[in-house]
Amino acid sequence: MRNAALLAWKEIRSYYGSPMAYVVSAAFLALTGQFFVSGIAELLPEASLRDVFTPMTFALILWAPIVSMRLLAEEQKLGTLELLLTAPLRDWEIVIGKFCALVAMLLGIIAPTLVYVALLYWHASPDGGPMLTGYLGLLLYGSAAAALGLFTSSLTGNQIVAGVTAAVALLFLTLASEASDLVSGLPSTLLAGVSLPAHYTAFVAGVIEVRNVVYFITFIALFLFLTTLSLESRRWR
Amino acid sequence: MTERMIEVEGLTKFYGDYLAVNGVSFSVEKGETVGLLGTNGSGKTTTMRVLTGYMPPSSGTVRIAGHDLAAGSLEARKHTGYLPESVPLYGDMTVAASLRFFGQVHSMGRERLASSIDRVIDTFGLAEYRDTIVGKLSKGYRQRLGLALAVLHEPEVLVLDEPTVSIDPVQVVDARDLIRRLGEDHTVLLSTHQLAEASSLCERVVILHEGALVAEGHPDEIAERLHGAQRVSVEARGPAERTGAVLAAVPGVSAVGASALVEDGVYAFEVTAALRADVRESIARAMSDAGIGLRGLARSSVDLEEVFLQLTRGKPEGPGA
Repeated sequence: MRNAALLAWKEIRSYYGSPMAYVVSAAFLALTGQFFVSGIAELLPEASLRDVFTPMTFALILWAPIVSMRLLAEEQKLGTLELLLTAPLRDWEIVIGKFCALVAMLLGIIAPTLVYVALLYWHASPDGGPMLTGYLGLLLYGSAAAALGLFTSSLTGNQIVAGVTAAVALLFLTLASEASDLVSGLPSTLLAGVSLPAHYTAFVAGVIEVRNVVYFITFIALFLFLTTLSLESRRWR
Repeated sequence: MTERMIEVEGLTKFYGDYLAVNGVSFSVEKGETVGLLGTNGSGKTTTMRVLTGYMPPSSGTVRIAGHDLAAGSLEARKHTGYLPESVPLYGDMTVAASLRFFGQVHSMGRERLASSIDRVIDTFGLAEYRDTIVGKLSKGYRQRLGLALAVLHEPEVLVLDEPTVSIDPVQVVDARDLIRRLGEDHTVLLSTHQLAEASSLCERVVILHEGALVAEGHPDEIAERLHGAQRVSVEARGPAERTGAVLAAVPGVSAVGASALVEDGVYAFEVTAALRADVRESIARAMSDAGIGLRGLARSSVDLEEVFLQLTRGKPEGPGA
């Protein structure tokens, strides 16, 4: 794990050494702030982040492709992947290192939204439980999106292709629950089963269901495994 | 007994249906500098990528410092320093940060890493650029940093893929000098299609053509095998005709070329002799016995370009030739 931490730290330093980190964080805060303000500006506002958590997931399906698309695609394009793969590093260490960096970046954009929590506690007495579960769900949702983005980044040396592929896949997984209502039978069950929002809404409501946690963890593990396979397959080609 | 640091046996690599490397076998002894020669597409880079663990062979075995790549790739990679052809580097890191990162990847301890970084920065003349962002370095200094990264963890084996390609002539001279110095305490396998480079840096060459090994050995030896003979140049003071006759009578000499006047009374001859029969002592004795003043006697160094062209354009002499 030492090597994974080393790679994660390198990525985090690189990310925060570029203006992109601050632009993305500012955009995320501005977008979610808009929903927070409109939520508390109602006539009878609720002291919760319920109106913010769902739009945050839409922001995350934009965020994940943007930050993950370069992680492996750029390494392939610049040839630095050859340096990593010929160094005494295991393929999974490279993948875990990159993923940990993405989770750290995710925490980096979510953390400033805690100002909303502080404002709610300052002006009202919100229920902390749903906010805590909401943030847990958001972390799992964002991590799942990042894992998928990392996988698409491993497939190509073209960052744009990697980013667009991840965005399309995430959009499909977001709209799958809506689409499940339009069909019936097995397709409906399957679409609802793979949908990201369908497994997230319970967190927003303050409920941690084991099946939802298992879904996100399985999703993350599957895409990290596929990313490792994708890296290994470069050696087979 | 000499220690083999690189052992390649029957290395074959397919990309899909395309055969890139075909049953190549060679070895490199400890402390040797060996050149991997070939035209573009001859399989040099593929061979090097297999040797460094970037990709596995389709068949065949590779051992680096005694570690089988198939069974102990990680261990083999610890003993290898690699400079890929394109010199890939992280453009957003400083020179020192790049060295620190790759040193840590090689599990170097803090103190050893600090002293190694100072050592390579000094060796490769990077002191002035220690805190410079890599993206701002010139090609020549990127090349130096690439070499510094390859040797930072003090590997026993260095694999350098076209280490002087795409840098200017002054930097080429510097890079060759650095490689020569690295060859003093490393086992080096370098690929090049610059024949002068191979001649000046390498003790042996391995010539690949269309994925197959077509010759291996010292350029002069390869040439001798190709021509089936060796050439000796003789410079002597004496009548040209008589000197030619004395030379022709030396046992082992098969032909004496036309004489060329070097200075007043001194003539140069190109003598062809049988393979592996070193006729130089016999020539010296014959000259002395005949009372002809011997001014110079040397085995002709063979033009590697001539050898290379003959092997890659003409009929290959086959593996192990």
